Amino acid sequence: MNVEVTPLPGIGTRQDFMIRSGRRVGVITYRDGKFELIVSKQHDPDACTASIPLSPEEAGTLAGLLGAPQLVAHLRNEHSDVTGISTKQLPVVPGSEFDGRTLGDTALRTRTGASVVAVVRGGTVHPSPRPDFVFAGGDLVVVVGTAEGLDSAADILGGA
Amino acid sequence: MHSTTIALIQLGAVFFGLGLLGRIAWKIGVSPIPLYLIGGLAFGHGGLVPLNGIDEFTHLASEIGVVLLLLLLGLEYSAAELVTGLKRSWTAGLVDIALNATPGAIAGLLLGWGPVGALAMAGVTYISSSGIIAKVLGDLGRLGNRETPVVLSVLVFEDLAMAVYLPILTALLAGVSFLGGLTAVGISLLAITVVLVIALRFGKYVSAVVDSPDPEVFLLKLLGSALLIAGLASELQVSAAVGAFLLGIAISGSTAENATRILEPLRDLFAAMFFVVFGLNTDPASIPPVLGAAVALAVITTATKVATGWWAAKRQGISNLGRARAGAALVARGEFSIVIAGLTVASGAVDGKLAALATAYVLLMAVLGPVAARVVEPLAHAVRKRRDATAAA
Repeated sequence: MNVEVTPLPGIGTRQDFMIRSGRRVGVITYRDGKFELIVSKQHDPDACTASIPLSPEEAGTLAGLLGAPQLVAHLRNEHSDVTGISTKQLPVVPGSEFDGRTLGDTALRTRTGASVVAVVRGGTVHPSPRPDFVFAGGDLVVVVGTAEGLDSAADILGGA
Repeated sequence: MHSTTIALIQLGAVFFGLGLLGRIAWKIGVSPIPLYLIGGLAFGHGGLVPLNGIDEFTHLASEIGVVLLLLLLGLEYSAAELVTGLKRSWTAGLVDIALNATPGAIAGLLLGWGPVGALAMAGVTYISSSGIIAKVLGDLGRLGNRETPVVLSVLVFEDLAMAVYLPILTALLAGVSFLGGLTAVGISLLAITVVLVIALRFGKYVSAVVDSPDPEVFLLKLLGSALLIAGLASELQVSAAVGAFLLGIAISGSTAENATRILEPLRDLFAAMFFVVFGLNTDPASIPPVLGAAVALAVITTATKVATGWWAAKRQGISNLGRARAGAALVARGEFSIVIAGLTVASGAVDGKLAALATAYVLLMAVLGPVAARVVEPLAHAVRKRRDATAAA
């Protein structure tokens, strides 16, 4: 991806790139560290339809949300040479059996043979969670296992 | 009443009045500069209420206002930004000078103010208001637009041009010979080069001299060094304002950011004073005779600034709509036109009507600029629609 970096004298820098639909998407970084998410107009790629100020935490969260599928894709690539193993991200349904319980409690590995390699919460990735990691509703759990193992893991986490 | 008591009451009334004017300005979405000028016109010479006893203070305060305006302008840019901006925009910068300084110069000559008056008027119509423009671009959410870097680099060029222009003007206003003028240019070009090299190579040392973790010490050191350097520059005939600007460029990195934060309220206070004092010293009765010339200049230089922005944006491969936006964004004139006119008036070397013309001109352009930036898009859409309609018919 070709990210264009443009200095904005007296203000900061603009970093953006053209997406497939012909719009520019990017970030303005102000000199005092503020961020702004910019999206160009559909019919006038020179102009912006929105510039949304984000605090560092908000920017981090958004980056995590957008980055989670990439993490899964990355893990999938890593496991692609092992036949029969795949990676999936599963949501913890709020109010389900495991909302508020630890990873150890789920006994996911014993029950399904699938292992949890990461949990994405609020945009932040928690890699290799320990057995005392407490799940919360809305977490995305990245699980590696066989097709059947992943299906039963989805059932358990989904509260079915 | 004791004279100090009267002075306090007068100053209080002026500041409070400016506060009210500023509030109105932001509410209706225009720059407060024209309202400050009007505020100044309303008092003082030929105005409604004469102000006595605070002349000395307001005069000094307005000088400090100019120093702070230029110091903060310098702080806004790092030396690296200036150098890349200069490399990228020098052709657009030269077109800008040719198109926008010429109408002012011609007006100065036609009005019989001589070559120095023409030079001053050239500066007044040339320099856009980076303060108004940056605010308007931010308010309209155009910082992410593709034409915005074009607009900003034109402003960078103008600001550097000011660093060369102001010493020349100061020297000529002081009545020095042609050779003396050349010396002033030589000194200022040398000073700019030295400052850029120092800022690029040793910026952190300059910053270290003024920096301090304690805000109080930091403020005193900053203000002290700014006034010292401004005074020294003024002594060398390089104009106090340019000295402050160069100091601002030399201070870099996080020191520059903290300095901006700490000095902004002071700048706002003293710059407001500067505009008021300029208005105070201008007799409102002198404005109507030059109003025609001001309106003519406003119309012409709006067109020339739009053409400048259009041309500069076109060179960067920006579409027609973006070119129109870039042009309209550059229209606003403000603080620096008044700084130039203020220098001219203070020297007494040029016809006093110049101040009246500059005031009327800035009043028009500081209001017209933000309005132009706002209406350019709907206007361009309307023009396009009409053209499409006639093409279809």
